[in-house]
Amino acid sequence: MAMVEPRSTKYRVLASHLGMLCFIALILFPLLMVISISFRSGNFATGSLLPESPSLEHWFLALGIPYTDAAGNVTQPPFPVLLWLWNSVKIAVVSSILILALSTTSAYAFARMRFGGKGFVLKSMLIFQMFPPVLSLVALYALFNEIGDHVSWLGLNTHGAVIVASLGGMALHIWTIKGYFDSIDRSLEEAAIVDGATTWQAFRYILLPLSVPILMVVFILAFIMTIMEYPMASILLVDTDKLTLAVGAQQYLYEQNYLWGDFAAAAVLSGLPITLVFLYCQKWIVGGLTAGGVKG
Amino acid sequence: MTRNILKWGLLAIVVGLALYLILALYAQREFVFAMLFLVLTASAVFVFVDRRMYAHRYIYPAVAGMTLFVIFPLMYTVGIGFTNYSASNLLSFDRVQENLLGRTYQSESVRYGYELYQTDTGYVIYLEGQHQNLQSPPVSLDSGDAESVPVLPVSSAPQGEPLGMREIIKNRKSLGVLKLETEDGRQLTMVGLRDFGAIQPLYEMSENGALTNQRTGVTYFPNHDTGFYQNAEGERLTPGWTVNTGWDNYEKVITDPTISGPFLQIFAWTLVFSVGTVIFTLILGLLLANLLQWDQIRGKGFYRTMFILPYAVPAFISILVFKGLFNQNFGEINLVLENLFGVRPDWFSDPTMARSMLLIVNTWLGYPYMMLLCMGLLQAIPRDLYEASAMDGAGPINNLMNITFPLMIKPLAPLLIASFAFNFNNFVLIALLTGGAPDIIGASTPAGTTDLLVSYTYRIAFQDSGQNFGLAAAIATVIFVVVGALSLINLKLSKVKV
Repeated sequence: MAMVEPRSTKYRVLASHLGMLCFIALILFPLLMVISISFRSGNFATGSLLPESPSLEHWFLALGIPYTDAAGNVTQPPFPVLLWLWNSVKIAVVSSILILALSTTSAYAFARMRFGGKGFVLKSMLIFQMFPPVLSLVALYALFNEIGDHVSWLGLNTHGAVIVASLGGMALHIWTIKGYFDSIDRSLEEAAIVDGATTWQAFRYILLPLSVPILMVVFILAFIMTIMEYPMASILLVDTDKLTLAVGAQQYLYEQNYLWGDFAAAAVLSGLPITLVFLYCQKWIVGGLTAGGVKG
Repeated sequence: MTRNILKWGLLAIVVGLALYLILALYAQREFVFAMLFLVLTASAVFVFVDRRMYAHRYIYPAVAGMTLFVIFPLMYTVGIGFTNYSASNLLSFDRVQENLLGRTYQSESVRYGYELYQTDTGYVIYLEGQHQNLQSPPVSLDSGDAESVPVLPVSSAPQGEPLGMREIIKNRKSLGVLKLETEDGRQLTMVGLRDFGAIQPLYEMSENGALTNQRTGVTYFPNHDTGFYQNAEGERLTPGWTVNTGWDNYEKVITDPTISGPFLQIFAWTLVFSVGTVIFTLILGLLLANLLQWDQIRGKGFYRTMFILPYAVPAFISILVFKGLFNQNFGEINLVLENLFGVRPDWFSDPTMARSMLLIVNTWLGYPYMMLLCMGLLQAIPRDLYEASAMDGAGPINNLMNITFPLMIKPLAPLLIASFAFNFNNFVLIALLTGGAPDIIGASTPAGTTDLLVSYTYRIAFQDSGQNFGLAAAIATVIFVVVGALSLINLKLSKVKV
C-alpha cells in the first residue's frame, strides 16, 4: 500500500469501479443476448433482453428432440449438435493425450540429454510453428488424400486424419514442458541413476510425478486448441455426422437459412461446458502462459 | 529375451507396413510422397536400432510429426507455387494422355440397321449391314446394365416377326448401354432408334506423341509449357496436366492489374488489421491489468473472472454470435443503435463498417490475453518505484508513462510480435464473420475488402471455381516469407536460449 495517498484517491476508486462495471456490462452484452435469444420463440424475432414469450423450442431442437408447437406442427432438429460436440470432445481428448505423451518424452530428451543438433532442432521447431497451417492446406489435403488410399482410417473425412494432423502443433508444448523440466533440479534423477535406475525409470518415477502441474496445463491447452481448430477440420471432414462443433456450428447461419434462435441454443449448450472448464482451470492456464516456454 | 523378440517383431511390422505404403505410392507415380515416407521410415529404423541415437528416440515421434505435418506441407506448398496446379491442370501428363486416348466417338461411316426379335430365352438382335449381316445370341434386356455381347455373321434373318417400334422404345434404355462386339474386335452401340454404329477411339497417337482427332482430322501437340494439348491455332484440349511454370504465378501477382490491385489492397488491410488489433488489445489489456493491480480496488477475483470471459468462450462460437448480433436487419446491435441514435449501419455491405466491425470483434476476443500477459509482467515491477514517484507527487498517468510502460515494453515486445503474426494469419475470424465480403469490384480472383492474405489464399484455392492451387500457393509463399522474417526478429528479440 502506498504510504502517500492524495485526497482524490477515494473518488478515483469509485470512478474505477464504475468504469469497470460499465465495461463488464459491455463485455457481457453479447453473451447475455445469446442466452436470451435461445429462449425466444421463432428464428427471426427481435425483442428485449428478457424474452416476452419464453419458449423452449430451440432447446429441444439443440438437444436433438423434435419440437411440437401449440398448433401441432412438428419441427425436426436441423443439425446433430450433440453428435458434433461428441466428435469434438473425442478428437480433442485423443489428440491431447497423444500430444502430451509425445511432447513430454521429447521435452525430457531436450531438457536432460546431450545430443547432436539439439539447439538447431529446438530453434527450428519454434520457427516452423509460426507458419499457419491454413496456408499449407492444399498440401495437407493432398497428403491425407494419398495416405487415405492405403490406410483407410487416416484418409479424408475421418477423425483419425484430424487427430494426426493436430500433432503437427506440438512444438509449443514441447517448449513449455522443457521450460518446466529445466526448473527442476537434475540432481534428483542423477541420484536415482547412481542408485541403479535406468534413464527411463528416472524419468518415469522421479521427474514425471514432480511435473504433474505443467502436464495438466499442457493437456488443457492442447485440448482447447484442438476443440477450437477450424481450418483443418473444415477441409478434412465432409459428412454432416463427422463434423466437429467448430465446423458444424457455422451451418446455422447461412444467408439463405438463417437459424438464429436454433444457433443460440446450440451455442449456449455446446459453449458452456468449454467455458466453465476454462474458467475453472484459468489459474493454471495463466501460470502456464507466463511460466513455461519462451520467457521475456 | 521376450523383450528383444517383441522389440524386433514390432520394428519388423512397422517397417513392413511402411514399405508397403512406399511401394504403393511409388506404383502410383507419387514420387514426392513415396520419397517422404522413405526418408521417415529410414530415419526411424536408424534412430531405433543404433545405440548411439538413444536420446533421439525420445524426440523422434515429435520431430517426425513436425516434418510430416508442418515442414513437408510447407515445402510442398512452395513447390506448388511454381506450377500451374489447378482444377483444369490436376492430373499428371500420363493420366491426361490415358484420359484422352480413352475417349470414343461413334463413327458415321459404319452403320447397321437392326431388328429386334423375341425368343424364348431372350431378345435377339439382328444387324443388317452393307457387306454382312450379324446376329447376337439371345440376351436379356431387363437388367439395364452395360453388357458386352458378341455378334457373329449370319446369312439370313432369324425366324419370326421382328418386334415393332413400340417394343424398341420400351427397351431403349437397355439397348442404349449394350455393346456389341464383332469378330474383328470393333464395338457397336446404338446410335439411333433404327441404327447401330461402330465406336472408335477419338484420338490416335502418332510417333511424335501428337494426338489426331479421328473425326475432325485436327492434330493436337502436347505443349509442356502450358500443360495442354494444343492445335496449330492454340486451341486447347481439357483436361490439362501439371507443369512447372517457373515464376509465372509471381509475375501474375505483380503485373496483372486484376490480381495485383486486390493483392495490394488486401496486403495493406492485413497490416492495418493486425497492427490495429495489437494496439487496441494492448491498450485495453494494459489498462485493465493496471486497474486490477491497484491496491485500493476490492473484489479483484470477481473482476478478473468477468474480464477473462471473452477468452473463455470458444472463439468459433463468439464470432458467430457477433455475426448474428451485427446482422443488418434483425441484429440486436442495430436495434439498440436505432433506438438510441436512429442509425442502422450496414455492417456487412459497407467496406469501412465491415472493417470496423472486425476490429471491434477482434478486440473483444483478444484483450483478455493481453491483460493476462500484462498482469504477469506487472508483478515483476518493483513496488518501491511507485512509492518514490508518489513522494514526488506523480499521478497515475505519469506512473504509467514513465515507470510501467518503459519497464514492460522490453519483455512484451516478442509477445506483441507473436500476437501480430497470429492476427496477420487470423483466418478463423474472417472465415466465420464476413467471409471476406463485401467483394472488391474488378478482381479476377475472389477477393474481398475484408479478406486477410490467408483467407484470400484459401478462397483462391478452395472456393473459386478454377481452384487455382498454383496461384494460391504462390501467395502463401509470399506470406511464408513475411512470417519467417517476423519469427526471426522475434527469436532475436526474445533472446531464446537452448
